[in-house]
Amino acid sequence: MKYLKAFIMALFAALLIYAASDLPYRGDPGNRMHDQRSMVDSPVAGNYYIQEAYHDAHTPNIVTVVLGDYRSIDTFGEQVVIYTAGIITLLVLRRSRRRFS
Amino acid sequence: MRSQFNSPIIVLGARFLAPYIMVFGLYVIFHGHYSPGGGFQGGALLAAAILLIRVATGRRVSRLLIKEFATTPLAVIGVLIYFATGFAAMITGGYFLDYGQLPIPGMEPMWLRYTGILIIEVGVGLAVAAILVMIFDNMVKGEDYA
Repeated sequence: MKYLKAFIMALFAALLIYAASDLPYRGDPGNRMHDQRSMVDSPVAGNYYIQEAYHDAHTPNIVTVVLGDYRSIDTFGEQVVIYTAGIITLLVLRRSRRRFS
Repeated sequence: MRSQFNSPIIVLGARFLAPYIMVFGLYVIFHGHYSPGGGFQGGALLAAAILLIRVATGRRVSRLLIKEFATTPLAVIGVLIYFATGFAAMITGGYFLDYGQLPIPGMEPMWLRYTGILIIEVGVGLAVAAILVMIFDNMVKGEDYA
């Protein structure tokens, strides 16, 4: 069983290396993700973000504009998820009265 | 958590380190426009400073910093800051969370969006810090955190 685990891990590593060898190079302007039009010839959202983020929100950090302005409902949902986690720990873990029984 | 090791070195180290962590957390929140950062990361740093004091010095000192019953209202206030920002933009004629319509007079929509991002980052940071401290308090409450 130990050898089977090691074999599965080696196989998985080989799969990841094979998948990573096909990735495009960093900063290559001919990459698919740097095109202005997508494969089906529709405008790409990231292109709009890079070109218009500073004019829309006057913020140099594009990531902040995307998280806080363009996708702010998503961020609101994340905050509600964290709030729900806190409330659930409050409900599950807190004991108001110690029971002797 | 009753301090099982009354080491003055640990208490002094925590007291020395916590204010700087807090200042760095506020820096990360308020400089999210110019450098990597934002509400989540800054809130985690603020919570780390508070939890460092809590773990190192026990309850008697750490409740001077933030009391246990104050964490839940702070989390609610953090979520409500975010929601109220979006709702204020909605009732003045825009979409939900469209900061260009915020009712602040004398600002261009560009700078209104700048301000709106800052307001919601503060709300996110407050909520994250309060909720992390709340989770810690609830988890150690059944233990010897007397």
